[in-house]
Amino acid sequence: MQLRSVSPQLNSEGELHHLLSIEGLPRPLIERILTTADGFIAVGTREVKSVPLLRGRSVFNLFFENSTRTRTTFEIAAKRLSADVYNLNIAASSTAKGESLLDTIDNLTAMQADIFVVRHSQGGAPYLIARHLAPHVHVVNAGDGRHAHPTQALLDLYTIRHYKGAFEPLSVAIVGDILNSRVARSDIHALLTMGVSDLRAVGPLTLLPTGLEELGVRVHTRLEEGIRNADVIVMLRLQNERMRGALLPSAQEYFRNYGLTTQALGHAKPDCIVMHPGPMNRGVEIDSTVADGPHSVILPQVSFGIAVRMAVLSMVASSQRAEFR
Amino acid sequence: MNSALAIENGRVIDPATGLDATAGVYIADGRVAAIGVPPPGFAAQRVIDARGLIVAPGLVDLCARMREPGAEGALRGEMRAALRGGVTGVVCPPDTEPPLDEPGLVRMLRQRSREAAGARLYPLGALTAALGGETLAEMHTLAQVGCVAFCQTGALPANHGTLLQALRYARTFDLHVWLRPVDASLVGDGVAGEGGLSARLGLPGIGIAAETVALHTIFELQRASGTRIHICRLSTADGVELVRAAKREGLPVTADVSMHHVHLVDQDIGYYDTNCRLDPPLRTHADRAGICRGLADGTIDAVCSDHTPVSLEDKLLPFGEARCGASGLETLLPLTLEWARAHGLPLVQALAAVTSAPARILAEDTGTLQPGRKADVVVFDPQAWWIVDAESLVSSGKNSPFAGQRLTGRVRYTLVGGEVRFEGVQ
Amino acid sequence: MLDLDAEAIYFELVRRVRERIVGRSPRLVGVHTGGVWLAERLRADLHIEPEVGILDVSFYRDDFSQSGLSRGVRPSRIPFDVEGADILLVDDVLNTGRTVRAAMNELFDYGRPERIDLAVLIDRGGRELPVSTTLVGRTIEVPADVSVVLSRDDDRRLHLRLEEDAGS
Repeated sequence: MQLRSVSPQLNSEGELHHLLSIEGLPRPLIERILTTADGFIAVGTREVKSVPLLRGRSVFNLFFENSTRTRTTFEIAAKRLSADVYNLNIAASSTAKGESLLDTIDNLTAMQADIFVVRHSQGGAPYLIARHLAPHVHVVNAGDGRHAHPTQALLDLYTIRHYKGAFEPLSVAIVGDILNSRVARSDIHALLTMGVSDLRAVGPLTLLPTGLEELGVRVHTRLEEGIRNADVIVMLRLQNERMRGALLPSAQEYFRNYGLTTQALGHAKPDCIVMHPGPMNRGVEIDSTVADGPHSVILPQVSFGIAVRMAVLSMVASSQRAEFR
Repeated sequence: MNSALAIENGRVIDPATGLDATAGVYIADGRVAAIGVPPPGFAAQRVIDARGLIVAPGLVDLCARMREPGAEGALRGEMRAALRGGVTGVVCPPDTEPPLDEPGLVRMLRQRSREAAGARLYPLGALTAALGGETLAEMHTLAQVGCVAFCQTGALPANHGTLLQALRYARTFDLHVWLRPVDASLVGDGVAGEGGLSARLGLPGIGIAAETVALHTIFELQRASGTRIHICRLSTADGVELVRAAKREGLPVTADVSMHHVHLVDQDIGYYDTNCRLDPPLRTHADRAGICRGLADGTIDAVCSDHTPVSLEDKLLPFGEARCGASGLETLLPLTLEWARAHGLPLVQALAAVTSAPARILAEDTGTLQPGRKADVVVFDPQAWWIVDAESLVSSGKNSPFAGQRLTGRVRYTLVGGEVRFEGVQ
Repeated sequence: MLDLDAEAIYFELVRRVRERIVGRSPRLVGVHTGGVWLAERLRADLHIEPEVGILDVSFYRDDFSQSGLSRGVRPSRIPFDVEGADILLVDDVLNTGRTVRAAMNELFDYGRPERIDLAVLIDRGGRELPVSTTLVGRTIEVPADVSVVLSRDDDRRLHLRLEEDAGS
């Protein structure tokens, strides 16, 4: 009976007003984000690594869940756009005193924020915030619960495009704790939107959510099968802090069956690239020789991440009119 | 208490007898005196012209939370909401603050309800002390002060031994036990029905095993105890099938569903709409179809509102943190009509699920217009529509999944014991 | 109707540039897209060996608040050290002067050049900033709601046309 199909992140002109999830972004828009990121990669190679695009705008990093690496890359991205950046570790402060999420947002909006970069432990929190904000304020989702991490998926797309070119003919395997992973969900949507024809999820049944096949993904419980002839392997971190209940007996047993070793890698294509959103648990999901080896593109992922986040921040700040619904 | 009242020219529908005809309804001394022809010497002190309207038994809602004990003075408001919704009988579950496990609380609640002069109140007593699932509540005493049955809300007691003893104890006094078919250990940290939607939104899912395992447990223990059991709020097609088999076997069991599960599915959560955060959770289209089939063949006896007012603060939160529940007293009737329309059911059949069937489960004198029975009546306009929003809803619970939508079916008069307790504007 | 023979106007520009850069070896930098075509032509006709630099000024425009980010952002590429460089900046049409300002700001984020000269095919006036140059193919006057558009055919010949702005 209900129809809530209006995507709350695009404005009436189809421009990116918020970035809440990869799901709902049309392919041409994703391609535009990647092309814009190309421009920012070029900026990153100069001596002066910043451009004046967001001068006078303020970006508030609202991290309800701790994360140094994501917050730092957003901070660098915003600063390279010449924006004023404010970091708020809410985990420590007001919400601990019982202030509601929306009260926190109201207080910050009064401080003239233009863009909120939000990370929260509950799926859907950025949607709640976006519904609550004045029309000229933007939200970029830096990870919400198990739901989405759209900028990570975009930088993963950027990485794959950089090394492999076209998406359609690729075989891509996502390995690990998919149940608890927002990166996996966003990657799956992103890769399917870009036309990847052969997408696989690999892990033990306890870490695979039901409904994956419905999304268009082939499910494997054996690593060798799952990465056979793969062009791209995305390794996920075991989400220890998100694992509740008895999902796995031990990290050692996990590594024996699902850890990416040089030997296992032999089943993939010879020019396969290995990705990881970080931080890595060496010896748990990935062997050090692979992590530091010739197939690994884990370090370049980080610099791509800055350019992609610069693209997202500038495109989102660019959207003027917020009429939807 | 003598007032003689006539409701004329209305289309009278009484599911208990199968009546569906234009006729007059004649009420005296709080009871239905006659239908069709007024009794000899009948002099109406008031005549209601029900031309174009439907006259039916007042709705009997097997679950509506009236907020007391807990929120001082809130009962009156929820009673007004009930009357506005055409509900003349309300079963309130024991999960109040404090829980209804003490005779004093039950007496106070019934007193408040009488003073509010709203719908009839049928309180459910707690099955276990403080609803803790560990020790038995004083069921016999509670029954003496007016509890119609005994209920464990939330989930089955984890200790099945305690549950079995509670069932045996209830059987001793031939008391009715109402149970939520939920195995808490299989719910875990789930907040939404497990399926495509929960996978997409990254919300921890509650699998169907949480309900089916609980049902298996309930029926096994019922076989051992012989207690009459009512299953509260089925949500899965597989669960409906288990109830079907139990009835075939001859177990003394009845079941209900929430009206929200007749209409909504998990997809209606959309972009994390917390008005759709319910317990049990909304499930798939296949489950909803199973529920509708169960209603059609009588496996599911009744539909209730599961009315749960939740404050805006407790809903304006990320989905997983929002409180469960939907406001439902005032939408129960229009949603019944919508269900009938959508499935091509005759009204006399659809209305049974919210009138005669719940009355039968409660074994109470209500839910029918037969002469001699209590005159609990609703007169409503089946064509008039209204928009569900904070203004139109009288309950303190504005948390309806149908907020902003147009619903058809508007109550004009609600009578309890022959007394007009609600008159709606034109 | 103005008769704009792009190739003829271009040859006028080449002549002036050739005179100006006697004894110098400036590096050519074209502003996307028309400026890049012109820079490549100049490179060939002036026998300048080193590669042409490309500037996409999207990140330096001053109208971000009004119009947002342009749709077709391309990476800039300056294949030489701007620090101390002699630069010939090339664009197709000089109008308000804002694009040149953006281009210069962007160049300065690469380093401090020794000098910058500006060469344009068409100067259509309408300056809003104090930008000027004498390295011009032709100066013309067109109404404010008309755009001057440079294109290049498959044989790499240049063409100019006038277009009325949609919705002005």
